[in-house]
Amino acid sequence: MATTLFHARGLTKTYHMGDVEVHALQGVDLDLVEGEVVIILGPSGSGKSTLLNILGGLDAPSGGEVNFRDHQLVGAGDAALTRYRREHVGFVFQFYNLLPSLTARENVALVTEIAPRPMPPDDALRLVGLGERLAHFPSQMSGGEQQRVAIARAIAKRPDVLLCDEPTGALDSETGVVVLQALARANRELGTTLVVITHNATIAQMGDRVLHMRNGRIASIETNAVRRDPAQLEW
Amino acid sequence: MRMLTRKLVRDVVGQAGPLAAVAMVAASGIALYISLRSMRGFLARSQADYYRDYRFADVFVQVKRAPAAAAREAAAIPGVRVAEPRLLWEAVLDVPGLAEPAVGRFVSIPPAGEPRLNVPHVRVGRMPAPGTGREVAISEAFAEANGLGPGDSLGAVLNGRWERLHVVGVAISPEYIYEMQGTELFPDNRRFGIVWTPRALLASATGLETGFNALAVELAPGASEPDVIAALDRLLGRYGTLGAYGRSEHASHRFISDEIEQNKVGAVILPGILLGVTAFLLNVVLSRLVATQRAQIAVLKAFGFTNAEVGRHYLALALAPVAAGGAVGVPLGFQLASATAAIYARYYRFPVSEVRPDWGVAAAACLIAATAAVVGAALSVRAAVSLPPAEGMRPPAPARFEAGLLDRLGAQRLLAPSTRIVVRNTARRPLRAAAAVAGIALAFAMLVVARYAFTAVDRIKDVQFQYAQREDVSVTFREASPRRVVDALARLPGVLAVEPLRVVPVALRHGVIERRTALLALPAGSELHRVVDQDLHVHRVPSSGLLLTSKLAEVLRVAPGDSLTVAVREGDRRTVRVAVADTVGELLGANVYGDLAFVEAMTGESGAISGALLSVDPRREGALYVTLKRQPALVGVGIRSAALAGFEKTIADSFQVSLGIAVIFAVVIAFGVVYNGARVALSERARELASLRVLGFTKREVTTMVFGEQTLLTVVGMLAGAGIGYALCAWVAAVGNTELFRIPLVVTAGAYLYAAAVIAGAFGVSALAMRGRIRALDIVACLKTGE
Repeated sequence: MATTLFHARGLTKTYHMGDVEVHALQGVDLDLVEGEVVIILGPSGSGKSTLLNILGGLDAPSGGEVNFRDHQLVGAGDAALTRYRREHVGFVFQFYNLLPSLTARENVALVTEIAPRPMPPDDALRLVGLGERLAHFPSQMSGGEQQRVAIARAIAKRPDVLLCDEPTGALDSETGVVVLQALARANRELGTTLVVITHNATIAQMGDRVLHMRNGRIASIETNAVRRDPAQLEW
Repeated sequence: MRMLTRKLVRDVVGQAGPLAAVAMVAASGIALYISLRSMRGFLARSQADYYRDYRFADVFVQVKRAPAAAAREAAAIPGVRVAEPRLLWEAVLDVPGLAEPAVGRFVSIPPAGEPRLNVPHVRVGRMPAPGTGREVAISEAFAEANGLGPGDSLGAVLNGRWERLHVVGVAISPEYIYEMQGTELFPDNRRFGIVWTPRALLASATGLETGFNALAVELAPGASEPDVIAALDRLLGRYGTLGAYGRSEHASHRFISDEIEQNKVGAVILPGILLGVTAFLLNVVLSRLVATQRAQIAVLKAFGFTNAEVGRHYLALALAPVAAGGAVGVPLGFQLASATAAIYARYYRFPVSEVRPDWGVAAAACLIAATAAVVGAALSVRAAVSLPPAEGMRPPAPARFEAGLLDRLGAQRLLAPSTRIVVRNTARRPLRAAAAVAGIALAFAMLVVARYAFTAVDRIKDVQFQYAQREDVSVTFREASPRRVVDALARLPGVLAVEPLRVVPVALRHGVIERRTALLALPAGSELHRVVDQDLHVHRVPSSGLLLTSKLAEVLRVAPGDSLTVAVREGDRRTVRVAVADTVGELLGANVYGDLAFVEAMTGESGAISGALLSVDPRREGALYVTLKRQPALVGVGIRSAALAGFEKTIADSFQVSLGIAVIFAVVIAFGVVYNGARVALSERARELASLRVLGFTKREVTTMVFGEQTLLTVVGMLAGAGIGYALCAWVAAVGNTELFRIPLVVTAGAYLYAAAVIAGAFGVSALAMRGRIRALDIVACLKTGE
């Protein structure tokens, strides 16, 4: 039996955007196990990103509790959360968020330099199929390539969990598949737990479980009998 | 290289323009600090070393004539360590190649050889051999100004006859670091010099085979100077003393000490302004950079970079231009220090005239600049450090705009939309706008002050050389002479008119305050020397009572109508009470004037004059000079045109250099502030501007909008600068209000126009530099998300 990676109970999150009070999470209970692929589906504003940020130690919930293995994330100080992210978490964002002033290899090396047991940056880039574009700057690459550099950057530190916020949101279907393949490969070959936020119901087929979120709550959870290879997906 | 370092390097390259502007201002600040501090240290150290190594005396006294025994008695006064008797003598010199007569101050060298106090430092050749020869050593400034050296000869009337003196050496002395004739206000090294001669040569001239007419005194450690001065005055009273005085009244010492003191103020204020601007510019550049790199900061944090690492990164970015500024500013500062030292060396003569690079000062300058950078960057770095990683992923909430005063008044309807944008953008960041205004205001003020200084010096020159001194030549007699000498002078070649004058050494007392000075007695209706105030008004010398320079009246705390005690220090040395008839706001000196007839009655000595002013036919001045050079009765000859040339050469020249530097720095500040402001406004609002282009605004309209903000800030800055500039000028005038001189507060419209033109020029250049960027604005790229 796989061990539980995340254990969350009663998560709430309220924040202020200008003069508006936003209730992003209104009581979320969730358990994630090691090595599984979880897809989170839901409309804009349903709390997907907030949940992901809390799991990744980027944000603190307004209420409730969340544990990573036996670490309490709620109430952990900034330094502890920083160390947690450095050692255990990899992020992939919709808009890649590469550092424009660094090349592909340098963007990956940026993270491997501070990680405790990283893989060589070149290996990470080969893993996402970018062995040939090491010295290119983000501005010299296509969106799909940039996103694969972002994935290489996230997996190069051998994280326990890879948190991806709309990783294909800015990509066309063909490029999106290549990116998803890179994610699936990291899950398969490195055993990394994968959490992917998406609008795209088709992508749900590559997951072990699918979480449907609505109005800051988990509306339903479905389990896929078979995980589809991203190569078979099309939208 | 670490990746974060690589990012740093590339960010620096990407922000090359704004950071270069910061580096330029920082370099200026560092260079200025180093040069001013080095100069001050150099002057203070040179002075202290020189005084110690060459035993500059503590107390000085001149007498008519005193026997050798009096020197031994002086040496026995408690607190006196050394009392060295010597002979001082002034005489007209005939310098080869110099048409005008010059004046030499002869200083005796004891028969035993080297003096014990005020030891000369030989630069070239040697000191004259003791004995009865005609060998002399001359002071360096005088030698250089006239191209003299060992092997040359000088003519002088000594002992009532023409003597040919052989120059064997060139020397300097701690007593005459600043070589100036007693009665003059500016150095004229061509026409005045120190001449060291064996005592024997002066003995017959002074008629003092064994006695002395001057005493240099060194105090024992811990001795009280006032007590020794009082004892000396008592001892030497019967020998016709003019009164002993300490270093504080010694002309050369006072000039250098004043210079060091003034440097102290300048060394703080000027670099302070520049480094303040450095901090401000960094604040602008960095706050903009952190704002645009929100997402990058968030990514770094998401991947586990600590707050300290992120903070250090942005701090390093702030320090990079300071490091570049240091790399340029440190050598520039040393260079400036050497250049300034070369100017100082023209009138301050020290054994060592080379400024060695002071690395301690350089390190301090860089450290101060780095501190300014850290202060300037602090807010932005804090913003980067405190940015929550999740927050950084979201686009920043729209900047808060509120209806401002203009809107509430309904004035916005009067403004075009583009003008409204300009006004609201400026109002939204009041601190930044205020700092930009302050930067431009300071630059403007510096320019006004620089211009004002020129005007003030011109005014001093005009008052002194056009309005007050109207004689062509002035002569001073060795002994008080009968009035009929005037007729003899009138018969000299080329002399058109002669006016007598009398200078009486006096001590003025009011209550406990005493000032020793020279009372200048002028004949009624004197045309050749007029008393002129700083507004060019001529004041008549009253027929009764005394006319005092306002500053002297202020020091003595007297006003017209009060009376003063005047102790006459010649003749029968009587003490009288005299009324202060009037005061005059003169620019130079602390003078006291009286009508010649009134002064004669006051001193009880009539018919005697001590000098005369001559009006001369310029075509025949050469012949007059030849005659004057051979007059044994003359101890001094002043020539107005030569004095004016000397003034322009020394004072005005060095002024030009230091003010030129100030102008350059002001331009650097103005350019830095305006260029950076526009650069930041452009990049901060690239999206907004691109949107406007998409909506159909022309490039010209968009350009106007970016520069509208800068124009607004620049205009406000200039207006504030005019006020600050005037205040600074008033401050300079107040600081410059000393007993030696006053600086007139004459700020002309030209000064403001000049400053406005320079700032407008800096604005124009940065506008040109920015125009290309605005034209190249990539509309589509700007509207894409992210940086």
